[in-house]
Amino acid sequence: MDTQIKVALPKGNLLGETATLLEQASWGLDEYQEGTRSYRPKSQKLPNLFAKIFQEKDIPIQVAVGNYDLGICGLDWVEELLAKYPSSALIKLRNLGYGTGALYMMASRYRPTSQINILQKQTDIIRLSSEYPNLAESFALNLRLKRFSVFPLWGAAEVYPYENTDLALIPRRLGEEHNHDLVTVSRVLGFGAYLIANKRSWESKDLSSVLAPLEDILNSRLVLEDTSPPKFVCGTTWDEMDTHPELEDFARQIAEQVKAQDISFTFEPMSSFKRRIIHITLDDDPEVTTKSVGSGKERQVIVLPKADLIPIAKRKYPVREIAKNTVWLALPDGHQQRPTIQFLNKAGIRIRDPRPIFWGNGTISSSGIWGNGTILSSGNRRPTSNLRGVSIKVIRPQDMPLQVANVNFDLAVTGKDWLTEHLNQFPDSPVVKLLDLKFGWVRIVAVVSQDLPVADVNGLKQLYAKQTAPIRVASEYVNIADKYARDNHLGFYQIIPTWGATEAFLPEDADLLIENTETGSTIARHNLKIIDTLFESTAHLIGNKDSIANPNKSKRIKSITESLRNALK
Amino acid sequence: MRAQRCKGTRDLSAEEMKQFRLIEGIFRESCLKWGYEEVRTSTIEYLHLFTATGTLTPNRLRRVYSFLDWDGWSGERVVLRPDGTIPIARFYIETMTEKEPAKLFYVTNVFGFEETGKETRERWQCGTEFIGAGSATADVALVTLALEIMTKLGLEGTELKLSHAGLIRTLLAEFGLSHEEQTKAFDQILDGDLELLARLKPGRPELGRTLAALLGLKGKSAGFLKNMRSLFNRDLPELKVPFNNFIDIVERLEAIDGDYQIDITSGRGFEYYTGLMFQLFIGNEPVGGGGRYDALVPLLGGQDTPASGFALYLDRLMALIKPETLAQLQPTEEKILVKGELERATALKDILDLTNRLHGAGYTAGIHLGGKEPANIRWRVEIQSKEPRYMLTDRISQRKFEAATETEVLASLNRNKRSPATTK
Repeated sequence: MDTQIKVALPKGNLLGETATLLEQASWGLDEYQEGTRSYRPKSQKLPNLFAKIFQEKDIPIQVAVGNYDLGICGLDWVEELLAKYPSSALIKLRNLGYGTGALYMMASRYRPTSQINILQKQTDIIRLSSEYPNLAESFALNLRLKRFSVFPLWGAAEVYPYENTDLALIPRRLGEEHNHDLVTVSRVLGFGAYLIANKRSWESKDLSSVLAPLEDILNSRLVLEDTSPPKFVCGTTWDEMDTHPELEDFARQIAEQVKAQDISFTFEPMSSFKRRIIHITLDDDPEVTTKSVGSGKERQVIVLPKADLIPIAKRKYPVREIAKNTVWLALPDGHQQRPTIQFLNKAGIRIRDPRPIFWGNGTISSSGIWGNGTILSSGNRRPTSNLRGVSIKVIRPQDMPLQVANVNFDLAVTGKDWLTEHLNQFPDSPVVKLLDLKFGWVRIVAVVSQDLPVADVNGLKQLYAKQTAPIRVASEYVNIADKYARDNHLGFYQIIPTWGATEAFLPEDADLLIENTETGSTIARHNLKIIDTLFESTAHLIGNKDSIANPNKSKRIKSITESLRNALK
Repeated sequence: MRAQRCKGTRDLSAEEMKQFRLIEGIFRESCLKWGYEEVRTSTIEYLHLFTATGTLTPNRLRRVYSFLDWDGWSGERVVLRPDGTIPIARFYIETMTEKEPAKLFYVTNVFGFEETGKETRERWQCGTEFIGAGSATADVALVTLALEIMTKLGLEGTELKLSHAGLIRTLLAEFGLSHEEQTKAFDQILDGDLELLARLKPGRPELGRTLAALLGLKGKSAGFLKNMRSLFNRDLPELKVPFNNFIDIVERLEAIDGDYQIDITSGRGFEYYTGLMFQLFIGNEPVGGGGRYDALVPLLGGQDTPASGFALYLDRLMALIKPETLAQLQPTEEKILVKGELERATALKDILDLTNRLHGAGYTAGIHLGGKEPANIRWRVEIQSKEPRYMLTDRISQRKFEAATETEVLASLNRNKRSPATTK
């Protein structure tokens, strides 16, 4: 029998187009489709193909460590890995021509931090927030920012500027609407779906049985090969832009920036072809005008506001000041949102979406109330409420403890699991538990494969004591998992951070999981078993102890806490 | 599984520690004699100490060992010291009166990721920093100290290569690059990318010629520098100031018969240098280097203070120390092994009494607790319950001596002492 070829395939927004591509390439992975519950789609055509489905972010790591020979994921996640570990054993094989987008370093349009030269002179700490912390750090190092902090995020980076961060590194895929509160500081990286390979596999293993049919399809499609290595740029390098839509998209965004700040923007020199795209794209914009200056290869496009230029010194930013006594409350997105809103309702706190809603019949209503846990589809992450002096943002519950520790938020509703995760990393953190809200119960468990002949963690330890390889512990809760491994003296162990769908890691790519579970049914369905319960977790109101002690805020924080406490009765 | 040394690290064996201490000792002695004082800064520093423009290049910063401390929820990272000089400048600003010149030295480890296997990730440096003096004489004094230490280490054929950061900077400014691009280009040149300048293709062709000539600048006299100065004067009068400084230094070096080579490209290293840069080579191996960094102290928030310094790379020097230097400077001690009838409860007291007496007389003496005798022992002294009380064996000549008292043991050892020259 031929050697097995292992391929890591993406979940999420690349799944659809990847599935179409592989179907055309006759890989025979019928189970690989939207809504699939299987993590290991079997191939009907290629008997030596083993495919597994991962979160996109996990794929470059799995391929680099050699668990998989090939992988498909966005170039953004490949570069995120390489930014920190440049010697990773990864080969970027080719651009697959879909999933195109770019990473932008964005700032609030209400702050002057969108100017690179201002950022470089700043001696105060510049806060950068992103799902791509390594690329954000590289950006800061390349720009030679004097002092900066990088806040890794699980998501929702676009809602952080400017109150909760100075800069956010945000992915934007083609056709996605951009956030009108933000302006581009720099286009950091263009990306698309990529086929990647493990270096050793590529050099020593025959992968042609799966690659050849894929190549045939790709060659028949028109794929613009991205040959230039991704660069970090201070400004904009146009050579990297492969597709017209992306260039058009970006030109429009620059126009928005020009309008908002009333300053001109000069592009780097570029070909007449690309200049023309920009001229045409912005031709119908009544508030800006474009012109080309310079000669020959040095010719550049300038985008100007239609009104006369305001001298830079007189430029004004429409600064929105935050009142000192404003209390910042973070509410969760995802599946925790509905029970949270329901609970807040019970406590008399009404969350509203101030954005206009355009109904199908042509009517417009001015505000929606998130009553009864009905979440509005507008995706607004800045709802309002009937609480005076309280500003609310909707962010990922995983990110809340770190944000509260840094007083980016004063209060947050998150799970005890994520609070514990944070406190395991930072034992002296100023985040405190204010109230157990009793809903959203899960337990955090240690999980192994059903086939492993062990009943508890001691059994696992004994089983691995004779092995020379480390015990591979996969978890979204890196610090909880690390502490669990230390406390149980697992000895030679390795923590594999994951970004969801952790149960897929067993048994091939991990030996032990630290996971949350409500009913245990997912665990059972994947032929896994629980060998230990670490703790139980429910939703909690958490706060920053300095905020609570702050006389400007304490009264409001106390009042919110009391309302919630009463709702528990 | 079997315990293993961490990848990229190095243990120093007993033999290697002898080399280490020898170099450290000679370095300390020389520095103290010239009025330098020893300091030691913390191993952990804030990352931002090194990120401010003008300290470490982004390329080096990507290789630092940085992490979030247990109270690092603010996201600001700390690092294992990646460089010896910057912490000293920080220490100077923080604790010393900035009016006084400070002459400081240190022996320290620095950390940086390394994957080629040519170097370790933890490296040792002997460094000196002269903060508060800005003259060409100070530069020459520093070079002299570095060379003196090399001579004392018995390392002949140390080559001194000189370069000048001011020259390179002035020239790059002429390329019309923005400040950011200029620094980046300088970083890349210092990181060894000499092709970069060829790629820049300036609008003025004479600049390219000057640059190529400057990078190719290799010579051995102040006269040579003067020739070059007159050549560049037409195209680039701005180069006159750094050239004059360079010539001044070189003339002073010549006045004390210093041997050197001018090689602009030898100035690879960090970008905090502003004037003279020098490197010490043995063969093709760089074993030390330093230079003037007048901008560093103000950059870290201190007053406008000139400074210069150098570091010797201990790990590399250790490999070059000749066995005879080691033997000469660290004569083999007359090691003694004291044995007794350990089955007797009172024997231990006798053994300890004699060993203490030997220590008091300046001997290195250990107690035999069983097992194989160590190989590097000159004398074995056995304490017996029967006569003779003490039996001495010269393990080299295999001659035996008897003694009745501890005093007689000492006398016998003293009589048979070998001179260092005959010790092998």
